[in-house]
Amino acid sequence: MTIETLLVAIAMAVAAGLVGSLAVMRRMSLAADPLSHVALPGIGIALALHIHPVFGAVVMLAFGALLVWALEDRARATTESAIAVLFSAALAVGSMMTTGENLIDALFGGAGVPSWSEKIFGLSVASAIVLFILLSKNSLVIMMVSPDVARTADIKVRRLELLYLEAFALTIALGLRYLGVLLMGALIIIPAVTAKRLSHGLSSMLWFSVALSVLSTALGSAIATHLHREAGPITVLVATALFLLSLLARRQRSAD
Amino acid sequence: MHGMTGAVSAENVLEVNHLSVHFDATRVLTDLSFNVAKSSSVAVIGPNGAGKTILLRALIGALQFSGMVRWTEGVRIGYVPQKLDLERDIPITGVDFLSARAAVAHKPVTDFSSVLTPVGIPLEVARQPIGTMSGGQFQRLLIAFALVGGPNVLLLDEPTAGVDEPGQEHLNELVRRLQKDQSLTVLFISHELSVVYKNADQVLCLSRARTYFGPPRTILTPDLLREIYGSEVSYHVHDN
Repeated sequence: MTIETLLVAIAMAVAAGLVGSLAVMRRMSLAADPLSHVALPGIGIALALHIHPVFGAVVMLAFGALLVWALEDRARATTESAIAVLFSAALAVGSMMTTGENLIDALFGGAGVPSWSEKIFGLSVASAIVLFILLSKNSLVIMMVSPDVARTADIKVRRLELLYLEAFALTIALGLRYLGVLLMGALIIIPAVTAKRLSHGLSSMLWFSVALSVLSTALGSAIATHLHREAGPITVLVATALFLLSLLARRQRSAD
Repeated sequence: MHGMTGAVSAENVLEVNHLSVHFDATRVLTDLSFNVAKSSSVAVIGPNGAGKTILLRALIGALQFSGMVRWTEGVRIGYVPQKLDLERDIPITGVDFLSARAAVAHKPVTDFSSVLTPVGIPLEVARQPIGTMSGGQFQRLLIAFALVGGPNVLLLDEPTAGVDEPGQEHLNELVRRLQKDQSLTVLFISHELSVVYKNADQVLCLSRARTYFGPPRTILTPDLLREIYGSEVSYHVHDN
């Protein structure tokens, strides 16, 4: 792995750590998985049209986030069923349109060396997401506690909600080439879940989540290079190992 | 149609005309009209399901409605919702929550004693995660949160629900004091008619059949209460 690729991977990990913190606090831990499925038809269409698969995935994920946002306005039970139906259907359509090897790459990552344009795209999208979360964290926290209270604090709740969902979807898209859409969901959620166990307040939650996400990515890449394996699964296993360690740390602390 | 500001007569903070809210086929509020005078205290009462919370949510623009809701120019609303469903282990402290409000309002507050002292929350409690606070503590934190925004109107949705008796007294006293000291306009939902009688200048009584609006003495009559609640309702009037 080259230095630039590692840099892009770390930028992606920082974005995943921040987006994941909010996702876990908002009880959206399971949303990454169904949302990631919509990337597949996008990849299929892009391949059929001979355009870059990442582009197709980005467009479809952005559209998926918009769909979730539009449905959220309605009763919660209906939204959940609608998401389940639509996104499972997307998986079926996607797997029909995407051939074997491309499908595995899309799901679990690792399709050769990313091009320069991909690296620049990855770095700029990751920076935009990081900037968005850092600038909006206060509004996002208030909205998470109560959207109605947020409204009276002059927060444009619906717009912020859409921006957050798009940031979430784009973070999944970022991981497409490196981790694959399925494993990227894991990198968004697992470090944040670990951070939540270790944190008392908001800043420690964000810091821990970013640190754990970056550590998992860096360590995962190093181990993968050493073992001549794909980085994605190993990165997620490192994140999971850190989570298990946090269980021990917590137990130790309560035993003290 | 959504709420707007401006075009409200000088003595009023809020004017509501022909407000209706419905969800699909169910009408929750029908053709509601009332005005709220500046620095007054208005109690919203009525049986469960009469649409009290819906009314407050319509007033802050959280719901689609028909009719007109007009707030006076420069209104700053502090909204204190009913008990919120929070995870115990959410890593957000009371201070994080207040800091977020200050940051959104572009107020560089480093010391929250000016809002924590009036609501009677010690700083050590405010430093705890909000999910671990008791119902009464969190309710008071929400009021402190509203105060950070420097409101001139407070909307309180059953602020004393789930709070023990001494805590209730304290909260009611707090709201009355804030209203007097900062000449706030207060709209509060309550089920305690004695508190309504004591604290409200006007009472808005919602029921499926009809709506009544007027001073407590004319609204809280045994006949009217029987009509609205469908059974005998008694309350104790504190003599001051």
